[in-house]
Amino acid sequence: MAKGPASAGAAGGNLPPLSLHVPEPPFRPGDPVDYSFLDIPPAGAFARPDEACPTEETHALCHGLIRVLDQDHRAVGAWDPKLDAETLRRMLRTMALTRAFDDRMYRGQRQGKTSFYMKCTGEEATSVASAYALSDDDMVFPSYRQQGILIARGYPIVEMINQIYSNRADKLKGRQLPIMYSSRDHNFFTISGNLATQMPQAAGWAMASAIKGDTRIASTWIGEGSSAEGDAHAAFIFATVFNAPVVFNIVNNQWAISSFSGFAGGERATFAARAIGYGIAGLRVDGNDALAVYAAARWAANRARAGKGPTLIEHFSYRAEGHSTSDDPSAYRSAQERDEWPLGDPINRLKKHLIALGEWSEEQHAAMDLELAEQVKAATKEAEKNGVLGHGLHHPFHTMFEDVYEELPWHLQEQAEQAIRERRIKWPTWKEYE
Amino acid sequence: MMTPEEAPLSLAKAPTKRLNMIEAINEALHIMMERDPDVVVFGEDVGYFGGVFRATAGLQKKFGKQRVFDTPINECGIIGAAVGMGAYGLRPVPEIQFADYIYPGLDQLISEAARLRYRSAGEFIAPITVRSPFGGGIFGGQTHSQSPEALFTHVAGLKTVIPSTPHDAKGLLIAAIEDNDPVIFFEPKRIYNGPFSGYYDKPVEPWAKHDGSVVPEGYYKIPLGKARVVREGEALTVLAYGTMIHVAQAVLAEKGVDAEIIDLRTLVPLDIETIEASVKKTGKCLIVHEATRTGGFGAELSALVQERCFYHLEAPIERVTGFDTPYPHSLEWAYFPGPVRIGEAVDRLLKA
Repeated sequence: MAKGPASAGAAGGNLPPLSLHVPEPPFRPGDPVDYSFLDIPPAGAFARPDEACPTEETHALCHGLIRVLDQDHRAVGAWDPKLDAETLRRMLRTMALTRAFDDRMYRGQRQGKTSFYMKCTGEEATSVASAYALSDDDMVFPSYRQQGILIARGYPIVEMINQIYSNRADKLKGRQLPIMYSSRDHNFFTISGNLATQMPQAAGWAMASAIKGDTRIASTWIGEGSSAEGDAHAAFIFATVFNAPVVFNIVNNQWAISSFSGFAGGERATFAARAIGYGIAGLRVDGNDALAVYAAARWAANRARAGKGPTLIEHFSYRAEGHSTSDDPSAYRSAQERDEWPLGDPINRLKKHLIALGEWSEEQHAAMDLELAEQVKAATKEAEKNGVLGHGLHHPFHTMFEDVYEELPWHLQEQAEQAIRERRIKWPTWKEYE
Repeated sequence: MMTPEEAPLSLAKAPTKRLNMIEAINEALHIMMERDPDVVVFGEDVGYFGGVFRATAGLQKKFGKQRVFDTPINECGIIGAAVGMGAYGLRPVPEIQFADYIYPGLDQLISEAARLRYRSAGEFIAPITVRSPFGGGIFGGQTHSQSPEALFTHVAGLKTVIPSTPHDAKGLLIAAIEDNDPVIFFEPKRIYNGPFSGYYDKPVEPWAKHDGSVVPEGYYKIPLGKARVVREGEALTVLAYGTMIHVAQAVLAEKGVDAEIIDLRTLVPLDIETIEASVKKTGKCLIVHEATRTGGFGAELSALVQERCFYHLEAPIERVTGFDTPYPHSLEWAYFPGPVRIGEAVDRLLKA
């Protein structure tokens, strides 16, 4: 074969062999943890650009970290949303309720009341504070760790438990894996177990809102891990091309099951910085600082509502618990990580802030925690009257074949008849409408 | 609004005109955009340009850029956005430029659009019609010729529709757009401009000479799930759809076989009653599709006929399909299930 011009550099020869870089997290089980390599700017370090600013003015914020609560638990800087004490207390209560709910449901799964559960411990601010910054009629397209939004929007927790138990009162008729909620009344889109699919859907919903001359916007959440999916790219490109009124939230909790953020590109750039290439506004925010999350979400929502287009927000946070009840993080990461996480715990930080303001106390907080635990316990008892998973109290049998199509086609009718026949063979006295 | 059952009656009275399949599809889109302000049309090159096959010509000019627009080259985004728009309350009719390009959007179709109603217990639906030209016979090579219908018929929650004439294309597309379930609407591009006998070396016939191009003016629906008996006959039953209706019809006419030819029109939901009645009458069944053989929709048809008509069958069911290869460019007509392949199968059935 003739040598072309490209051969001039001669492959092989004395060049060192290439080797594949496979990302490795900084700490593995047993390793001492030192997060001093993280660049954590002080609270109040960044200016707050006008909500209608050109996207370029947000570029510095894509590499920085918007923080409001400082070491002394004061709210400082241009991003301080200046919320009144009553709003702060409600936000704190919603986050604490979310955590109390998680704790109870986790135990319920361990007691065999359901098959599966996912906590959002340490990430409560990323959903609750965002929800507070939106209008209740804005549409949210959540991932699986945004139970805080439903709770913030006043969805009855007994209904959440019915869904987790897949019992006869489950509004989703026992069809979905636990925690894959849906509530049209709360503008909460049905959660998919296929990750990131909600991203282009949120862009499409926002496009529809713009097509119809509506004023509502969409907001969607994914983890940093699933930001690797092509759907995320599809969403960003559609949102920027059509200037869709949508907010993209990437919750960077460092871990996607056992894969650290490096496997989603986190070693090379921040997740917020992806906004730059798409020409959309980007913000990187301390996800454990409820005031910073609120401020960023409000900025992005106002911008979208003013017709200025999409924003990508990276919430820098830490997944304090396992991925799900099916996961054991001690097998792949250092147990010290949670304790050493430099951005603390979002509930504790908001509590300390309210106390510093003289608007809250440790005693009030402890009393609230007790009250919330009781509230969740009572809801659990209420839901258990409708059954727990596998104990026979589920939706009527025929509902299994409904809603595949608007109308039951002949082949599903035949299969439904077969299913009922099988049941009668197994339990001769069984009746459909017991 | 007339019910589907009423449609054939009013059709007889409606004034008609002759259209090719592209014009019929275009007219259906115009009518539905006129009737329903929630219908939106988008896809690659569908806006100002009117689509690479001209199916969306004139729509943007008439209905504006807010409702008819080009999109990025991103099928995941096209279908994902359509799902979101459907959740909002719109009735999106996205175009995927070639069926061969639909795969990046499969997760959005299979895991999302098809299951929204089920997983949300009816809170959210995906009233989407995905239009896409499919099939070969135009020297499109392996990326502009595929017939991937079996991938979609396998998915619970999707409907799959394939017209074979301008008349059906218009009525079926209107029904698909009005349907509250997600519909994959595959348009056999080989017959956009005229029916096809399967003889690639003979002059192309225009639609104007075919009865199927007589299209009623205005709005009408052909119900999804209702097959059309193209020709009644006694010798054998042919089950086909799209381009292959015309090829089978030509071959059987040439051979002088008194075949009953059934155009399925909708693969899911399937008109099993019409199929069953016909095969029980003729005792012989020939299934024809252009798609690859293994796991093709013909396998499903064959199984259904065997399960329901076994004691009426006088010969093994015959399946005539494309070969299990990618669609070859230079050897397109060696791949295509044309007159020779169909003829052989017919001979075997008649000898049995």
